[in-house]
Amino acid sequence: MPGEEGVWLFIGGDLILFTLLFAVFLHMRGEQLTVFTEGRAQLNQTWGLINTLLMLTSSWCVATAIQAARRHQVQVTVRCFGGALACGLGFWIVKCFEYSEKLSAGLTITTNDFFMLYFIYTGIHLVHVTIGMGVLTALIFYARSGDFGATKLRNLESGASFWHLVDLLWIVLFALLYLVGAP
Amino acid sequence: MRDLLLTRTTLIWVLLVGATLVSWELGHGVGFDSATSAGAAILIVTFVKVRFVVLDFMEIRGAPRWMRVIAEGWIVLCCALLIGLFLLAR
Repeated sequence: MPGEEGVWLFIGGDLILFTLLFAVFLHMRGEQLTVFTEGRAQLNQTWGLINTLLMLTSSWCVATAIQAARRHQVQVTVRCFGGALACGLGFWIVKCFEYSEKLSAGLTITTNDFFMLYFIYTGIHLVHVTIGMGVLTALIFYARSGDFGATKLRNLESGASFWHLVDLLWIVLFALLYLVGAP
Repeated sequence: MRDLLLTRTTLIWVLLVGATLVSWELGHGVGFDSATSAGAAILIVTFVKVRFVVLDFMEIRGAPRWMRVIAEGWIVLCCALLIGLFLLAR
């Protein structure tokens, strides 16, 4: 098993919670199809695409960091975790542009049910990104001393698994919020 | 470094980026006449991506069998649930 059991318990719980959130979104979309179709059209898909590419690239960096750690390549491990952290920062910056664009257009959490779910879901995800960036920062300092024994590798894998969860959740959010239901 | 770049992980990343661009095109009216068919196709592509992330990036492919069964089961159920709810909104 990659990483600690406790991390997988958390990942499983988070996935169940988000499955419910995804289902609620599509259920509400079914009840207010026009509102949700118009809301989706008001999102900037390019921001969503850029953030998806940043998330996928960050996950690749993290997976490569773990492979490098298994080969005891300290510098490569640290650089790859650093690359993932930079992608996370990029995600945050893009999200700030996106939110400010929406707010300046008068689109807020109270505009309608689509934007209520948009801000809540992307906000919860952004909290995950922020926690993940904290984890990645800790992993960078943790990996710098090298000496990748079994326990250390397991801890690195635990942090990596959490970051991949953040990527996975965004993949589904991108499809639901930005892509499906285009007329 | 070179042997860390030429890995299955890198191939999966390329596939994920490619699948994202396919989803993007599907979401912009390419390939299907109806938004409903395009939406269902986008969700299928999305969960193919999710499966790659779970099996290869999260390394569930090499995890104990019970973990893989739970993970694959969740992917299938979640995908079916979301496509079902999406199609109900027609």
